[in-house]
Amino acid sequence: MTPQLVVFFVLAALAVGGALSLILQKHPIHSALSLIVVMVSLAGLYLMMGAEFVAAVQIIVYGGAIMVLFVFVIMLLNAGVEEHTSISKIAGLPGLLLAFALTGFIVATIARSTDSVQAAAQPGNMASTRDLSTMIFRDFVYPFELTSFLILVAVLGAIVLAQREKA
Amino acid sequence: MVPTNYYLVLSAILFGLGVLAFIFKRNVITIFMSIELMLNAVNLAFVAFSQAMHKLDGQVFVLFVIVVAAAEAAVGLAIIILTARNRQSLNVERVDLLKL
Repeated sequence: MTPQLVVFFVLAALAVGGALSLILQKHPIHSALSLIVVMVSLAGLYLMMGAEFVAAVQIIVYGGAIMVLFVFVIMLLNAGVEEHTSISKIAGLPGLLLAFALTGFIVATIARSTDSVQAAAQPGNMASTRDLSTMIFRDFVYPFELTSFLILVAVLGAIVLAQREKA
Repeated sequence: MVPTNYYLVLSAILFGLGVLAFIFKRNVITIFMSIELMLNAVNLAFVAFSQAMHKLDGQVFVLFVIVVAAAEAAVGLAIIILTARNRQSLNVERVDLLKL
């Protein structure tokens, strides 16, 4: 077992454990903190894959900005422990089965396509952040400009929606 | 070197856990967080393919997904604040009428 595999399994266990904890925790603030664990361990996996810039953005934007927004809203709305009705308990079993079936199908498909994925992997050094920026600002410059417009619209929408109505 | 398949299986497991959380949770904020979990799982698959193919397209897509997720979080949380203010509850089972 190489050191890289060990690091991978540690980070993967952290990610899966955080995701399980998100489901099992009863209080939303604990779920939010578990989700931060998942995001940080995913950032570690991105670093292992040589995607340094994506790892940094993952921690800054996801772990920083988006999760802070979630925690703010949870505290603002004073969200308490969630309650389950009898109908939601009955619906739980089919939901569990369907989610497991979905995961099983995806994993089975990946396991069957081993050869094609491995064959595509050619030797060569991983590209740097400079190549990434060249790609964004040359090949993907129109989608990039569109995303800035999308953020503008989202900010305006959030302000209009969350605004307190005048009496 | 970790095989690409390991990353893809991890991504599938995280996505499945996200679906599970989406189905099981009753708090609308936690359901929203499970959507973020599923987006993260897909991002992991994108980066894994990007590494396997030695092409950067996957990483660019991940950046776009993160931007869209940020915009989605801003608008979605505003909607959640609005519904919570109108219904006095965050339980999705109490949000079952279009009209109050």
